[in-house]
Amino acid sequence: MSAPVTAGSGALSAAELAAVRADFPILGRTTRSGRPLVYLDSAATSQKPQCVIDAEQDFYEKRNAAVHRGAHQLAEEATEAYEQARAAVAAFVGVAPDELVWTKNATEGINLVAYAMSNATLGRGGARAQELFGLRPGDEIVVTEAEHHANLVPWQELCARTGASLRWIGLTEDGRLDPATFDVVGERTRLLAFTHASNVTGAVSPVAELVARARAVGALVLLDACQSVPHLPVDLRALGVDFAVFSGHKMLGPTGVGALYGRRELLAEMPPFLTGGSMVQVVTMDGTTYADAPQRFEAGTQMVSQTVGLHAAVDYLGELGMDAVAAHEHSLTERLIAGISSVPGVRVLGPTDTRDRLAVVAFSVDGVHPHDVGQVLDDAGVAIRVGHHCAQPVHQRLGVHASARASAGIYTTEEEIDVFVEQLGTVRRFFGVDHG
Amino acid sequence: MADAMEQLYQEVILDHYRARHGAGELDPYDAESFQVNPTCGDQVTLRVRLAHGDGGPSVEAVGWVGQGCSISQASLSVLNDLVVGRTINEVDTLNETFRELMHGRGAELPEEKQDSLGDASAFTGVAKYPARIKCALLGWMALRDALAHALTSEPASGTQEEER
Repeated sequence: MSAPVTAGSGALSAAELAAVRADFPILGRTTRSGRPLVYLDSAATSQKPQCVIDAEQDFYEKRNAAVHRGAHQLAEEATEAYEQARAAVAAFVGVAPDELVWTKNATEGINLVAYAMSNATLGRGGARAQELFGLRPGDEIVVTEAEHHANLVPWQELCARTGASLRWIGLTEDGRLDPATFDVVGERTRLLAFTHASNVTGAVSPVAELVARARAVGALVLLDACQSVPHLPVDLRALGVDFAVFSGHKMLGPTGVGALYGRRELLAEMPPFLTGGSMVQVVTMDGTTYADAPQRFEAGTQMVSQTVGLHAAVDYLGELGMDAVAAHEHSLTERLIAGISSVPGVRVLGPTDTRDRLAVVAFSVDGVHPHDVGQVLDDAGVAIRVGHHCAQPVHQRLGVHASARASAGIYTTEEEIDVFVEQLGTVRRFFGVDHG
Repeated sequence: MADAMEQLYQEVILDHYRARHGAGELDPYDAESFQVNPTCGDQVTLRVRLAHGDGGPSVEAVGWVGQGCSISQASLSVLNDLVVGRTINEVDTLNETFRELMHGRGAELPEEKQDSLGDASAFTGVAKYPARIKCALLGWMALRDALAHALTSEPASGTQEEER
């Protein structure tokens, strides 16, 4: 059940969009060239509305204390804020609060699962954990060629530690997952880890089909939902995945907080990754018993103010409505693709068909390195991403070393995209490569 | 196009970007170094061959193969022009002077130092853009690493750790 990504009703009116923009103080600033900021790097990190900034400040001003320890009033209030945030974020993605583990970011969430599997392989967590998560030589982990390094390198490392093998789903010429390679999911597959939406090509993956293939062979499924949760309605339980990760800072929330969803039955059996304070039941000099999930996976003092900020962010998105967010951004996707495609010598990397595609558009400019493209746009106040976007293999597959990337958010306007496209049109002339 | 861009992308930089002096595989060579700029994926493999004269070792030839932005590629071309025929001590001084320029936030060095850099003095404006400093220094890092290997007769090819 991939979320529907189609043009349509329910998009924001001009007045609503103006009101949204007014909620983001940073959008009022100018850049070093004196021009207004055109922020087209939301896939790297989103900007923050005032309510998120206020929520963090309010927490520090009124309720700051360490959570799940201490019996004083502040500790109680801080713990309540922390757990309320968990409940709100869990509800936002359609899961129960006890299935949502706070992490520093999505990268930590993926590493948590990878190291828990490693520990289970070594017998930590007992026989049931070993059966569920343990790996042996001959076992396979399947990823895709589209993955961010965060959903690739931890699995390479897990394979190196356990003797399991890494295999991957390939890409079509336009950067979508290639169904002709889905057969790589087979009897040996123990885990299928894939991105819900690519941070380079913007392509949304066919989750239902891949989950069905994993189910048919009894493999676990981990979904990297970093790019989808901020931009589409996402119901993780309906998607049927076993694990999912996402980052707060990409969804209008603060940096330093992300979440791992794990199916309750799995978290109950999974051994911990980071160990230490507050994830324990009883500690003696001879050994330790561990707390139930999710506390078992939350060692040490937690990022309380950030969870409170993320709570405000999901409330904000919830009030807008994720259908409206998706509809607004879909119209931006169409304008981005059409605009970029209209510039001579510029090529979209990834699908130009806007169905099942997010407003994340990587592109190459003939004769000009992405870094130079970004520099000229920056001079015009337009902030885009340049480089490999932490996804080198997808660039290798598309035949480039690096790319430039424009990505929109809920606060992006069509006028901003027009400014970007107009400036993009000056780049090849500036570097003297526009003469055939 | 705004003045700031013309100050950054000086004509001499764009000329070197197109000319690519020293580009190509050098063989035979004494040592090589592979460097990457992980933020943008720029890469260079630079080889160096030494001559051993009365004044001590000097750089006889440089050859580089790489891909990257205009700043990194132009910097390699300028580097080639500056260091071929110079003694190791002279090259070390140039390397240090260029580094100093790149950490000067766009300010020129004292006249004598600035002049010693020749075409590399055109990179003064690059130092105003922190994200581009590494681009300009990529070739110079490779040169320093390759020379260190060449002079200690270590096996060719050193890969420095990626900057994070």
